[in-house]
Amino acid sequence: MLETTIQEIDQMKQMVKQFVDNEVEPYAQQIEEEDQIPQHIIDQAKELGLFGISIPEEYGGIGLNTLGKAIVLEQLGRTHNGFVSMISAHTGIGSTGLVKLGSDELKRKYLPAMAAGEKIACFALSEPGAGSDATNISTRAEKKGDYWVLNGIKHFITNAPIADIFTIFAVTDKEKGAKGGITAFVVERDFPGLIIGKKDKKMGLRGSHTAQVILENCIVPEENVIGEVGKGYISALKILAEGRIGLAARSVGSCDKLIELSAAYAKERIQFGKPIAHFQAVQWMLADMATETEAARTLTLKAAQMVDEGKNVMKEAAMAKLFASEVFNRVADRAVQIHGGMGYVSEYPVERYYRDARITKIYEGTNEIQRIIIARKILEEV
Amino acid sequence: MNIFVLMKRTFDTEEKILIENGSISEDDAEFIINPYDEYAIEEALQLKEAHGGEVTVVTVGSEESEKELRTALAMGCDKAVLINIEEDLEDGDQFTTAKILYEFLKDKEADIILAGNVAIDGGSGQVGPRLAELLDIPYVTTITNIEIDGKNVKIVRDVEGDSEIIETTLPLLVTAQQGLNEPRYPSLPGIMKAKKKPLEELELDDLDLEEEDVMPKTKTLEIYLPPKKEAGKILQGELQDQVKELVSLLRSEAKVI
Repeated sequence: MLETTIQEIDQMKQMVKQFVDNEVEPYAQQIEEEDQIPQHIIDQAKELGLFGISIPEEYGGIGLNTLGKAIVLEQLGRTHNGFVSMISAHTGIGSTGLVKLGSDELKRKYLPAMAAGEKIACFALSEPGAGSDATNISTRAEKKGDYWVLNGIKHFITNAPIADIFTIFAVTDKEKGAKGGITAFVVERDFPGLIIGKKDKKMGLRGSHTAQVILENCIVPEENVIGEVGKGYISALKILAEGRIGLAARSVGSCDKLIELSAAYAKERIQFGKPIAHFQAVQWMLADMATETEAARTLTLKAAQMVDEGKNVMKEAAMAKLFASEVFNRVADRAVQIHGGMGYVSEYPVERYYRDARITKIYEGTNEIQRIIIARKILEEV
Repeated sequence: MNIFVLMKRTFDTEEKILIENGSISEDDAEFIINPYDEYAIEEALQLKEAHGGEVTVVTVGSEESEKELRTALAMGCDKAVLINIEEDLEDGDQFTTAKILYEFLKDKEADIILAGNVAIDGGSGQVGPRLAELLDIPYVTTITNIEIDGKNVKIVRDVEGDSEIIETTLPLLVTAQQGLNEPRYPSLPGIMKAKKKPLEELELDDLDLEEEDVMPKTKTLEIYLPPKKEAGKILQGELQDQVKELVSLLRSEAKVI
């Protein structure tokens, strides 16, 4: 991996900011209405290399370190969260398993097309009966000769309707369960027995689609096991820890945008003969929004830096995700309040961020789970 | 094709200009590639894609300009040259820059040199034409389209909203007008590759120039901001009287007629 310099990270930051502000944001309203991201935006994002940020250079990606990725995702977070969710499910949880734990053979086979965005990745752990309780998944994998047969149902799988490459978790040894009985597989869309269910109708994140993934005697060659048989749950935890930093970074970027929108609106909106920015009630909201955002940013970038230093970030990644997502929700709430009635109508973008913020407290591990992770680590450390 | 682009680092268009002690304050200001030079870079890259060759981006500036040169490399230029005058020169003007660029380019056998129509800071638009004069090659300013076929070049140039079609030949210098193209963003792989591309740094010495060879021909007496825009005046009364008042105000107050 090439070392990324501060100057390069700065250039990337500038480029991504210009790209999302000038090329994506003008289509945000259209994405909301059509629940579809215009193809030309996706193509442009591919050309700019945004689909390959987490894939190493030798497999055709950019191979950014975690700090670099966090800074790119932070800028992406400024714009339509559905667009960002689509990209980050691919570059984050969708790719991480293969990148970190896949065999050379699997990497050579899948990563170059993923880096170019020709093939879209997704991550399938959750099931109707196993959300936060992820150790309780019931999808089964049975070994038959030199292949595995998978059966079960995964749900709320981001990118499933468009994905080509699925990281799927299944139980390979019921007795052992999470302690050595769950395995991760890379499954191609065309493998027999993989069926995509109906798209979910969501509160927000329009343009990013989630659906069920149904496995009916799905046949997966044995070389498509990611890492070792039985080590899947530990892999999932590692993948999710990094994904959490990405989600935190995106939330911070959205907060930045909401502060800009709110400050601009407050300077324009006249009530009682002066711009509402003159009123202390509004100023205090802006001050709290900005302060909390900076705190979330610092926590997020610290966690990212720790990954690059080779440290265990289970606790810090959980803290960043927990705090940044809650700040995003508070900032979005205040942004709507500053906009008043205009914050409740869809002509103004804050209404969209308000809806999109809500999921960040739920996905990639609910905030309740994050608190459990943090508390456990504290108790272990003492 | 041997392609050169002249680039200048300028204030970000969104920056507020502050004057302190008679000069423009650069504290905390964001800098960018001059937007017109971005069109020049994009066109150079398109010419390379169509005709092959190499694009070299050149700037006359300081250490700080390296960042903008790297961005140009990230967009796809092959080589960058920084002519660093920070330590050699106190002051410079369009003559200074053109003369330095001439010394650098005179033996480079450039087929085409592209520059921005103006820089958004000084806005003189002189460096390109002056350089072409020194190099004794034709130049066309404010171009909005260019087609090259062998040595023959067909150009559309903007003349205050109208278009003029000009035929000329290489070697040639052109300056880019808005509308020439849509500059690409530097891609992430481009940014990573840029650091492996050559960035040469030169000083006046390397070009066999002495400070007195490039002393500015002009002197800046004062820098000031344009007057603040004041509220408009709505004339009252009979239409005839209003017109009379308008004419007299234009003469006595605005002094435009």
